[in-house]
Amino acid sequence: MRHTLSILVENEPGVLSRVAGLFSGRGFNIESLNVAPTLEEGVSLMTISTTGDELIIEQIIKQLRKLVTVIKVVDMNEHKTVQREMVLLKVNAEDSRRAEVLRIVDIFRCKVVDVSGNDLTVESTGDQGKITALIQLLTRFGIKEIARTGVVSMKRSMQ
Amino acid sequence: MELTGAQIFLECLKKEGVQHIFGFPGGVVIPIYDELPKHPEITHYLVRHEQGAAHMADGYARATGKVGVCLVTSGPGATNTVTGIATAYMDSIPMVVFTGQVPVGLIGNDAFQEVDIVGITRPCTKHNYLVKDVTKLAQTIKEAFYLASSGRPGPVLVDLPKDVLTATAEFKYPRSVSIRSYKPHESPSVPQIRKALDLIRSAERPMFYSGGGVITANASEELTWLAKNLDIPVASTLMGLGAFPGNDPLWLGMLGMHGTYCANKAIQECDVLIAVGARFDDRVTGKLSSFAPHAKIVHMDIDPTSIRKNVKVDVPIVADCRMALKALHDEAEPNLKKKGWLKSHAAWLKQIAAWRKDHPLTYIKDPAKKIIKPQQVVETIYELTKGDAIIATEVGQNQMWAAQFYHYHKPRTLITSGGLGTMGYGFPAAIGAKAAWPDKLVIDVAGDGSIQMCIQELATAVCYGFDVKIVILNNGYLGMVRQWQELFYDKNYCATCMEFQPDFVKLAESYGAAGFRISDPAKLKGTLKKAFAVKKPVIVDVTCAQEENVYPMVPAGASLSDMLLV
Ligand SMILES: Cc1ncc(C[n+]2csc(CCOP(=O)(O)OP(=O)(O)O)c2C)c(N)n1
Ligand SMILES: [Mg+2]
Repeated sequence: MRHTLSILVENEPGVLSRVAGLFSGRGFNIESLNVAPTLEEGVSLMTISTTGDELIIEQIIKQLRKLVTVIKVVDMNEHKTVQREMVLLKVNAEDSRRAEVLRIVDIFRCKVVDVSGNDLTVESTGDQGKITALIQLLTRFGIKEIARTGVVSMKRSMQ
Repeated sequence: MELTGAQIFLECLKKEGVQHIFGFPGGVVIPIYDELPKHPEITHYLVRHEQGAAHMADGYARATGKVGVCLVTSGPGATNTVTGIATAYMDSIPMVVFTGQVPVGLIGNDAFQEVDIVGITRPCTKHNYLVKDVTKLAQTIKEAFYLASSGRPGPVLVDLPKDVLTATAEFKYPRSVSIRSYKPHESPSVPQIRKALDLIRSAERPMFYSGGGVITANASEELTWLAKNLDIPVASTLMGLGAFPGNDPLWLGMLGMHGTYCANKAIQECDVLIAVGARFDDRVTGKLSSFAPHAKIVHMDIDPTSIRKNVKVDVPIVADCRMALKALHDEAEPNLKKKGWLKSHAAWLKQIAAWRKDHPLTYIKDPAKKIIKPQQVVETIYELTKGDAIIATEVGQNQMWAAQFYHYHKPRTLITSGGLGTMGYGFPAAIGAKAAWPDKLVIDVAGDGSIQMCIQELATAVCYGFDVKIVILNNGYLGMVRQWQELFYDKNYCATCMEFQPDFVKLAESYGAAGFRISDPAKLKGTLKKAFAVKKPVIVDVTCAQEENVYPMVPAGASLSDMLLV
């Protein structure tokens, strides 16, 4: 099963490789990983999306907590959350099919952020379901390039 | 007054009460060596290879429970310690390794003797630091010692760039440390302790599975009290030997791959298994799906990751082993006199006695009395020392025989590389133990292969008068690997025969140590006795039966029920 883990870490050199090394060294899987500073100076938030059975996820969380530079680990699957990912897609859009692409872009409430004669660059934000569906629909036009941020997640105020 | 980084470094060690450093100098750490003579309270032992320094610090730590310290230079000096660090890491040994580093400004430039030792050792240290600013030095060293020795102990590495050692700062040693992201969970939850006790008192066939954590936590007294008062037999891992007296009627022996028949049978038949400071390593459990099939499991360990890593546990208790066992004691003691509070274990203990009688640890002696069996050597060492020595081991058959045929009655009397299985560990570790206990007899039970991996430390031993006794069980083979080839690879003894060997007696003598050779069983005891009385480091080269195997043996991946016996 897929789990999203929010990990607060001391923002010091090497912290990313401590976390990444833990995953690779122990054969755990990383689907996506996102790191950025928080409001507190010196503290960063990592969001890791990973898969594994219950025992593996438990082991991942415990191993993360054991790292001296990890302050806090939350398994977001145990909470009601808002989850978002942003994706940039460069899609083929020849004149003949451009309208069709734009219609999908519209339905998904994406933004067109760059245009050329042959393609459109589309920005979309959403949960994993939406991003997957969008990619599926645009695949038949030919996706030339893709860049994804990986998922970020926040607990809802009303649990 | 401002001090240099090198001076601060030594002041910090003094504050930590460090008396022994095992080290080897090089360009970037000269500033420390330049100050060292001003600190007569710290003795520095110059080793012959940095791996030796790391193992010595580790052996010192295992023999005392204190933090072992080693100091080496950058680059190759640092990489040479890696095996020693990984060895300590696998066995949770408190150790602080100081490595020199090129000046901060040169880091990342492939400078002369630069390696990213912090990167290299990240997966085999509990934590590590690169100190980039002399004002952070004291704080970092304080944290390093705290991390190494608290919670589940382990090695911590501190990398010291040369310019940090020469820069100056005000010296202030922090009194205490608090790391917000590191708070070991030491005291057990009382409801969990009660749950465990309920399980234990209703058990008909309980047993303890005691590990290295019992020794680390100094919990041997608590374990022994519980075993004796609740009438529960004890088996232990290699790392746990010595935590429970090896001559007690409740003692089952070592368990696992080369464990005793009765310990492994007991695991397979017990109804409650109390694991203390152990981690269900594959060498102990054999095939997991058939491990302890009838048992409810109580698992006490300070490290939450050890719990439910390999097996499902019924009552997990995350705590310091000593505090957990003490809490069990406190809950149990007032009830001991109540009739019927504890189920009788008489039938269980009778069954165990029968197993022990049916298949005791044994070997076949040479009927012609011409050839020495390696097991016999270990038995004789036990006879001569009565368990009062510190035994270090190398790795392989020698290690297993030392575990089986010597009986350990006190904690910290067996010093062996369990988790990593590092050949070459025993001798330098024995030197570390000897530095801690100069008046104790310290013996390295060695193999002819392993001893050659850190033999250069004979110079260190002779130089500082560490009269460690090396007893080589010389079978002319990398015996343990040969045993696997014999049993599982059609006797294809490829690359395991030690066709060429040095003359160990002359080698000892050339270093200024003493050398003995024994090949006649009749002379075994007398010569060993003589060798142990010599006030110098000694090598005793015992020519042994070449193709002797370690039994019992549970083949890798097989169930504990499937033991090969003598
Ligand atoms: C550094 C290292 N290299 C390789 C091994 C693999 N290994 C395990 S036991 C063993 C044989 C050891 O031979 P020896 O020291 O003669 O001991 P014996 O088994 O003969 O008693 C080897 C090669 C190891 N444990 N450590
Ligand atoms: Mg050998």
